[in-house]
Amino acid sequence: MSTRLATGGRLIDRSQTQNFSFNGKRMEGHAGDTLASALLANGQTLVGRSFKYHRPRGIVASGVEEPNALVGLGKGHSFEPNQRATTTELFDGLTAESQNHWPSLEADIGVVNSALSRFLPAGFYYKTFMYPRPFWKHVYEPFIRQSAGLGKAPKSTARDPDTYEHFYVHSDVLVIGGGIAGLLAAKKAGSEGKDVLLLEQTAHWGGRTPVDGGEIAGQDAGVAIDSLIAELEAMPNVQMRTRCMGAGVYDHGYVLAYERLTDHVPKSDGPRHRLWRIRTGEVITATGALERPLSFSGNDLPGVMLASAVRDYVVNYAVSPGARTVVVTNNDDAYRTAIALVEAGEKVPAVLDARKDVNGALPEKARAMGIRVLTNTGIAKVKGLRSVVSVDICDQDGSGDVRTGIPCEVVAMSGGWSPVVHLWSHCGGKLTWDDAQACFRPNPERAPTGDTGLGFVSVVGAANGNLTLDACVADVGGKAMSPAEKPLEPVWIMPAKAKGKHRRKAWLDYQNDVKASDVALAAREGFESVEHAKRYTTLGMATDQGKLSNINGLALLSDALGQPIPQTGTTTFRPPYTPISMGAIAGEARGELFQPIRETPMHAWHDANRADWEPVGHWRRPYAYVRKGESVEKAVRREVNNTRENLGLLDASTLGKLIVKGPDAGKFLDMMYTNMMSTLKVGRCRYGLMCSENGFLSDDGVVARIDDDTWLCHTTSGGADRIHAHMEEWLQTEWWDWKVWVVNATEQYGQIAVVGPNARKVLEKLGGMDVSKEALPFMAWADGHLTGIPVRAYRISFSGELSYEIAVPANRALELWDALHKAGEAFGAMPYGTECLHIMRAEKGFIMIGDETDGTVIPQDLGLHWAISKKKDDFLGKRAQQRIDMVREDRWQLVGLETLDGSVLPDGAYAVTDGTNANGQRNMIGRVTSTYYSPTLDRGIAMGLVEHGPSRMGEVITFMRDDGVTEIKTRMVDPVFYDKEGAKQDV
Amino acid sequence: MLTLKCPYTGIMLDESELEAGGEAHLKRYGPESSDDDFESYLFMRKNPKGVHFERWRHAYGSGKWFHVARCTQTLEVFGTYPAQTLKPPQEILDIIAEKRPGWSWDMPS
Amino acid sequence: MSEPVTALGGATFEGAVTITERPAQGMITIRADLSSAKIVKALTDVAGVAMPAMRGAVTSADTGLLWMSPDEAMLLCPYAESTETVAALNTALTGEHALIVDVSDARAVFRLEGSACREVLAKVTPADLREQSLPVGELRRTRMAQVAAALRFLDNTTVELICFRSVASYMFKLLSTAAAPSAQVDYRF
Repeated sequence: MSTRLATGGRLIDRSQTQNFSFNGKRMEGHAGDTLASALLANGQTLVGRSFKYHRPRGIVASGVEEPNALVGLGKGHSFEPNQRATTTELFDGLTAESQNHWPSLEADIGVVNSALSRFLPAGFYYKTFMYPRPFWKHVYEPFIRQSAGLGKAPKSTARDPDTYEHFYVHSDVLVIGGGIAGLLAAKKAGSEGKDVLLLEQTAHWGGRTPVDGGEIAGQDAGVAIDSLIAELEAMPNVQMRTRCMGAGVYDHGYVLAYERLTDHVPKSDGPRHRLWRIRTGEVITATGALERPLSFSGNDLPGVMLASAVRDYVVNYAVSPGARTVVVTNNDDAYRTAIALVEAGEKVPAVLDARKDVNGALPEKARAMGIRVLTNTGIAKVKGLRSVVSVDICDQDGSGDVRTGIPCEVVAMSGGWSPVVHLWSHCGGKLTWDDAQACFRPNPERAPTGDTGLGFVSVVGAANGNLTLDACVADVGGKAMSPAEKPLEPVWIMPAKAKGKHRRKAWLDYQNDVKASDVALAAREGFESVEHAKRYTTLGMATDQGKLSNINGLALLSDALGQPIPQTGTTTFRPPYTPISMGAIAGEARGELFQPIRETPMHAWHDANRADWEPVGHWRRPYAYVRKGESVEKAVRREVNNTRENLGLLDASTLGKLIVKGPDAGKFLDMMYTNMMSTLKVGRCRYGLMCSENGFLSDDGVVARIDDDTWLCHTTSGGADRIHAHMEEWLQTEWWDWKVWVVNATEQYGQIAVVGPNARKVLEKLGGMDVSKEALPFMAWADGHLTGIPVRAYRISFSGELSYEIAVPANRALELWDALHKAGEAFGAMPYGTECLHIMRAEKGFIMIGDETDGTVIPQDLGLHWAISKKKDDFLGKRAQQRIDMVREDRWQLVGLETLDGSVLPDGAYAVTDGTNANGQRNMIGRVTSTYYSPTLDRGIAMGLVEHGPSRMGEVITFMRDDGVTEIKTRMVDPVFYDKEGAKQDV
Repeated sequence: MLTLKCPYTGIMLDESELEAGGEAHLKRYGPESSDDDFESYLFMRKNPKGVHFERWRHAYGSGKWFHVARCTQTLEVFGTYPAQTLKPPQEILDIIAEKRPGWSWDMPS
Repeated sequence: MSEPVTALGGATFEGAVTITERPAQGMITIRADLSSAKIVKALTDVAGVAMPAMRGAVTSADTGLLWMSPDEAMLLCPYAESTETVAALNTALTGEHALIVDVSDARAVFRLEGSACREVLAKVTPADLREQSLPVGELRRTRMAQVAAALRFLDNTTVELICFRSVASYMFKLLSTAAAPSAQVDYRF
């Protein structure tokens, strides 16, 4: 059983006890523990069930590469699945739950999968659940979803109580990794006077060196690291961050880093995670190396661990993973584990070394300590049900005939080390195969290139394949001493001639349950590309992205294909290096800051007057003002009736207002609009249409001519920025010799539509300018003052009523709005919202961009020929509107629609006719684009686009309800339903 | 995520401040043009693996359009220049010719 | 006549920095070719300050000129004088190709004060805020989270920030969040 040792523990503080729970069981650990070390200290070696076969699993590693010890952390709103126990710092009150088990970790029903594992090879799901097809949706998928999957998603009602943020920085040099190589690289760059940012993913500097030992520049490695840190902290141009992982390297020196601020001190104030968005001239990756497992039968039983992890637990946390540890290795480094264990008073029955000649300094030291070293020895099988009980050993060069059994609780395995090349590779850095160390390492000739075309990432230390302390330090120009190590011997399967029964229980990818036999099967079935084999077997596809399994897997694939490893190559390394929280990615953009909400000067007034809000682009506009006891629908009807009968006030501030000026402004606007704007008289207004170059209607609005060379163009709400950019695009990139300036003055003005039979009366009551029909006729504008406030009044109408739109400086818009309401009381003034506006414009047959248009509609479809100039040689969209498809006479065209029974047509409903199309659907001849209940006419009215519509006026056609059965008989009529002569607006 | 130098202000801009505007140096075909020319102008775009000329706009800023000569394969930026031109500046063509021997500017017809 | 109402009525926030919405400020956009000596003379005559260099700003007690782009400048003046200043500019630029627009009401202006200004801004803008890249006095138009803004260090601990009026509320909440006292990064710029 794993236990806490009586003494030692470099990182723990025994004076501080921390209480935590695992699957509801109360446990104790110390400050400085990880959840993994604390679980082991409490004898908890079983930590989860595997993904596919539900096999019992224990802790394998001590860092980010951990595949098994994934837990659900926290509760309720703070619950988070798939957290690695090995990188979770313990805190008082931590609650953790194991995953992938039902009903309990100890008695899992899904373990039946394990018994059947022979019959669940790679691709089993693909092959088995194909037929019959309907079974997938109703039988297979629900079943698989219940038993598979990694962890549980948080409840849909959970709301993350924590906050997150982004942080942009620019540096000269970014060093990723705070081990010895990273520290030395940062010091070097810092002493050259560069801005240096140094990141370390764990809470501690120094990486593996304090555990593995050695001498740096004549000092004990631990002491040397402490003084290095002090030196760096004293450098003003070097900044250092722990708990901050370099997550991804991207184009042009862009790097994302993930800082975990309060995971280890929850409930503290401030953001939980911070996403660093770094731009740097140079990236130095000092990301170290990860130890590889060995592939032998039963290598996934709790108690089988990486050799380096075993000594980490002993040295850093004073935790013994078990009473007797057998070390199995193909290299010298693993002997450090045997030595550390014996030094800590633990028992090591044997070191099993796959190599025949074993005489390096570390093995000799082990022998001298009395540790038994067995050469040419491997593991035939690990025995035990829920934990290791013993190992059967065999000749490594044989086929697994058992020599003897050795009782033990822990197997510390080492298959050599793989440099962490992820960050080097993210942005295109290439790798080279190092035969001597049996690993891929960065190819310095083919670094990722930046905007200058030169490499911007370099790599130092173990990440560069310099796996011993002396080589690692020398890589950064320093000097260190460590015991000389003899070469490893690559071992991809144990024993070398392992039979099927061994391979079927030799795990490669613990997290996704991929075994040595699965890779061989994939190769046999033709998945020869490493990327295909990965997806077929799911090797390396889980949250650990194959940190342990990759090299072993592709070595076996190469073996099965009979080709050298470099020819097989690696799968693509993609960011992030380890998973980062969704919260960190979102940053501050949640709640009120999820999206900017644009507010007009009257926003607070609307809010105080019970506005039911509607988003229009980023704007919020009142949909209707709902009185107490009133439904939204009733409010809308009241607003329509009141505006038609008395006086309505609309906040139209969101309308775009672009000022266009210059000697060529008329010519320019004639290109922008389909109709003629250069001939508009000063003081007058004209409705205009804008098309994109491919002919489709993109915006509309009223244009006013301010003076000889100045026009003011109104755009749709939410269209101002887009149309401003559109105008600038043509002026800057096509007609740059034309003398035209454009300024977007949208927000300079509040704009109030004063609408209804009493509109003139209220303005006259306010006083200050002549708003009579003679002074200010329909489609004219005038500058003046109303109740002392400077305004520009436009006689334009989007409702069919007598209407003025009053532009007023934004800072005084609320003042005018208040004055209009006050003066309007006597005339029945009421505010109205966007739904009332929509109904009134539909009653008048006015089109709305985004309703009648959808990016495929040309003005001709909408019967707007009168607004398309025939005199102009050119305008944007003219050529496109001559294309064959645009002049097809059976295009769907605008008509008004009246149901025979007066009901309201469903939005978006289609008109059908006889026959079916190629998909067996009813043939369609049109669709509804706008549909409302008209309070004015007390019936449903609609507009729609119908094939040959305008020439079939008066005919009855059939629309369908959503149910696909109910028919709605509808007559095609003139789209102007109300005041066809336009008498009301021109009074 | 590119960084591009605005030729009008000399500032290195982050891609997230910018809006991409597609291929640069297109020739506009208007009402009198043939169907083929118009189709090519409206729809046909180069998609080279290598040297490419693009339009970018400082959307969160001055609103200025500028052109970028860059390599779509390595993301190397050969230069940026104001959009008010029919042809890339000679010094940028020279830089590209030196770095990509055998490459030559293909004037839109 | 009542007072003009700015977007947030002078809201303030105290945190890692002090954030204040400034009173209404006269702001006039000038679109014109700034390489023309005649245009520069008209602008500097009306503003009473010299023409700023690229990215620069020149200010006096209550007026100023900001360089926005090769063909755009902004003139600062007292809010109450913006209408007459527009008229003066139009007169001074008679016969020139120029567009003068009063945008005093279209903007919100914030001031950030405190030693953590760069740190607070760095949470929301990708702009390089190191002094070597953004010296005191220079104008940087950029993105602040999801909206556009122009920012300028008046000195090393004071920033003036201009954004559109409609997003003043978003900007204020954004900056207040970034300046939360518990969210300090302690990064040296």
